[in-house]
Amino acid sequence: MKIAVVVFPGSNCDIDMYEAFHTVCKADIEYVSYKEKSLDGFDAVVLPGGFSYGDYLRTGAIARFSNIIPAVEKMAEEGKLVLGVCNGFQILTEMGLLPGALKKNDSLQFVCKTVTLEVENTHTPFTTEYEDKELIRIPIAHGDGSYYADEDVLAELENNHQVVFRYHGENPNGSLHDIAGICNKEGNVLGMMPHPERAVEKILGGTDGLPLFKSLLKAGVQA
Amino acid sequence: MTTVRIYVTYKPSVFDPQGAAITDSVNSLGHDEVKKIVVGKFFDITLDEDNLDKVKADVKDIAESLLVNFNMETYKIKVLEENA
Repeated sequence: MKIAVVVFPGSNCDIDMYEAFHTVCKADIEYVSYKEKSLDGFDAVVLPGGFSYGDYLRTGAIARFSNIIPAVEKMAEEGKLVLGVCNGFQILTEMGLLPGALKKNDSLQFVCKTVTLEVENTHTPFTTEYEDKELIRIPIAHGDGSYYADEDVLAELENNHQVVFRYHGENPNGSLHDIAGICNKEGNVLGMMPHPERAVEKILGGTDGLPLFKSLLKAGVQA
Repeated sequence: MTTVRIYVTYKPSVFDPQGAAITDSVNSLGHDEVKKIVVGKFFDITLDEDNLDKVKADVKDIAESLLVNFNMETYKIKVLEENA
């Protein structure tokens, strides 16, 4: 399985993401510039965290017009795996691959800490290695992570079991329905604000992000 | 030339944390009569075009394809200057 991590101007979690796959999981991953037009030959693509284009206008709004974006859309259509973390999640909503939007945290503060998530859906290619309803500790670091969608969209997300991760105990940003991560209807596109790539080795403070990477790689082998 | 201002704000149904914080601050100044402050942003767009119908169509396209995220935002357009 070959994975691409897209590097936008202002990405800053691309190296963490690369290392999580390459060093920790021994997976085949490559950096791909936002200037490229093709993702041919890749089985999965990751949009990493950071501040693409300085978060100008809205988070993820400008990145959506990069050369690489049509190739990401194509992969999503083909059922290949697309993962967006933090700014990557924001880009996925701006692209329309995931519904809703990420708005400024209710506190107006940039929140950087480790939070508890509940794994709500273990049937996605990203979460099969978690236990149903498992509580995991994953770091967050964002100023615009408050998930918003209309009531109708929220109802649809809940009915289709598209809420994959939910904040547990404390909601750090005002996200509706305590949403921390959602997938598309088909389940092959996941967006989440928390950073699983920052929780893959004990020395980082925890390994609760590791099952996500293992799930993704396992799904790739089976595909 | 025509200059148009596009105002972008959260939809009324969306909580505006900056507006709420600023409203609290204004109230704490003693202005109890202030009930609500909405924070948004504006874009002044100058176009090499005098036909107002064309200008409005162009600006609508720009707003709807980039400047506004309809999941959470709404917008208004105001013509500032014509033939400036």
